[in-house]
Amino acid sequence: MESLDLGPVWLSLQLATVTVAVLLVIGTPLAWWLAFTRSRFKPGIEALVALPLVLPPTVLGFYLLILLGPAGAIGRFWVQLTDTALTFSFSGLVVASVIYSFPFAVQPLQNAFEGVGRAPLEAAATLGAKPMDSFFSVASPMAIRGYITAIVLGFAHTLGEFGVVLMVGGNIPGATRVISIAIYEHVETLSYDQAHILSAGLLLLSFFVLLGVYIFNRRLPLNRI
Amino acid sequence: MAALTVNLSLSLGDFSLKVSETLKLDGVTALFGPSGSGKTTFLNILAGLEKRSVGTVSLGGETWQDTKRRIFVPPYSRRLGYVFQDDRLFPHLSVEANLLFSQKRSHYSARTTQPIKEEDVIKSLELTSLLQRSPKSLSRGEQQRVAMGRALLNNPEVLLMDEPLSALDMGRKREIIPYIERLANDFCIPILYVTHNVEEVARLADTMALLANGRIAAIGDITEVLERTDLWPLTGRLEAGAILQATVGDTKNGMTSLSIADEILRIPAIEVIPGTRVRLRVQAKEVALAIQRPDNLSIRNTLTAHVLKIDLDETVFAELLLDVGGQHLRSRVTREAVEELMLHEGQQVFALIKSVAFEGRLLIN
Repeated sequence: MESLDLGPVWLSLQLATVTVAVLLVIGTPLAWWLAFTRSRFKPGIEALVALPLVLPPTVLGFYLLILLGPAGAIGRFWVQLTDTALTFSFSGLVVASVIYSFPFAVQPLQNAFEGVGRAPLEAAATLGAKPMDSFFSVASPMAIRGYITAIVLGFAHTLGEFGVVLMVGGNIPGATRVISIAIYEHVETLSYDQAHILSAGLLLLSFFVLLGVYIFNRRLPLNRI
Repeated sequence: MAALTVNLSLSLGDFSLKVSETLKLDGVTALFGPSGSGKTTFLNILAGLEKRSVGTVSLGGETWQDTKRRIFVPPYSRRLGYVFQDDRLFPHLSVEANLLFSQKRSHYSARTTQPIKEEDVIKSLELTSLLQRSPKSLSRGEQQRVAMGRALLNNPEVLLMDEPLSALDMGRKREIIPYIERLANDFCIPILYVTHNVEEVARLADTMALLANGRIAAIGDITEVLERTDLWPLTGRLEAGAILQATVGDTKNGMTSLSIADEILRIPAIEVIPGTRVRLRVQAKEVALAIQRPDNLSIRNTLTAHVLKIDLDETVFAELLLDVGGQHLRSRVTREAVEELMLHEGQQVFALIKSVAFEGRLLIN
């Protein structure tokens, strides 16, 4: 048995972490806007956000490949900016993962903010809290479960993605060869032992992360209503 | 004393609100009106939570809104406290942390004389035993007490209260009302109190504004407004009764003397310092009439009165408006009695009061 290469594991964890961070930064304001807007564009935006839920990863991956490629709108801009291509690179994977996991972060956050509602924010405002202050000291703590769900789903979904990664990133060790692709390759080459170890590892990790979340959710003071 | 000046209009579909008024805020001012009359909307405009209104709002010399001059002070910069109908305490914070949240963001500035102290609020509203609890574990009445404390610690110039008792049953209401009375006295903060319950108005307020269909239909001293028969379709008849003001005398044998004009009423003992002016409510059905001062009666309370007006209604009853030393009293007797006693306007009668509801409100002067 050849020695197990843990590179893909670390790469996947790194990718998931960066993706979740980007998702929170972009997804939170969007989720906030969706939760409170009265704009007529809301349904359109919601449908766009939900698209990755229904599209086959290959469709998404195909368009991303074109868009992010050196000839694509985003890809060309990226080449001008950094002198490197976005496709088949770690950065390209982050962009693809963010788009692919977008609904998994935005929807729980939006639901959580809708659950908080305007009432506590109005109360905070009458107590002299400015909007940013209200957001951090009232809305976010009250929406904590939405954040946890968004982080866990975003993280897990990124760890598990395959199709989009394959289309956009390919299979470059150390750069784009993430755990799911490594497993696929081990199976292709009939290295079932390695496939077993990685698969079982991912299975256990996923289970314990979810278990941890559910236990934490039960202990959350907001839950004791 | 702060004056609240508004000149506002707001249209939302079928509903329109148009108020142009200067309210002198002193003690408790009731904003009274039936459901859907625009009371809450009015408070939300004052607080800056309803941004669609057009016109001006100012408190004292401070302009909060002036649509023409494009001034709109955001809610967090308006020096007001708001106690909502639902408690709106922050569920992720303990009671104490809720209070601190407000105190940290207090509107207090050197301009005002003294900041409101946490310990005074806790003492006045009896919050000590609640401090470490989670808001969700409190009863509705306790939640409203905390909400009042939280609003106060923000050092507002005016406290807006939107039907704070509406979600409570009668027993709980009676528990909370004394706390509200205390607020106005202890902290000298004018309260604008929204309600559709005429009993609460009678109990708490000195001045009332009557809001109907988005317009102020009447404004003034509560006794005057509640006495206006033309407004009864809006106010309800306060269980057909009248409010009397009296001065507390001494207490003996479990009974307290109250003087009204030159007469003395005796009521079951109340704990009020002699000399205080209090408000009493006397229901019309509790007042019987005699044309001579009767002796040997179990009813101890007899007041000399003059008949001002006799209303014969459709039923077998008649309602008489009486004058007692300049104050009004109502009596409900049968039409038969009116005929037999040959009661007429201007006549001197004796009002026999079977029972008196002590409203407990301590009038500021």
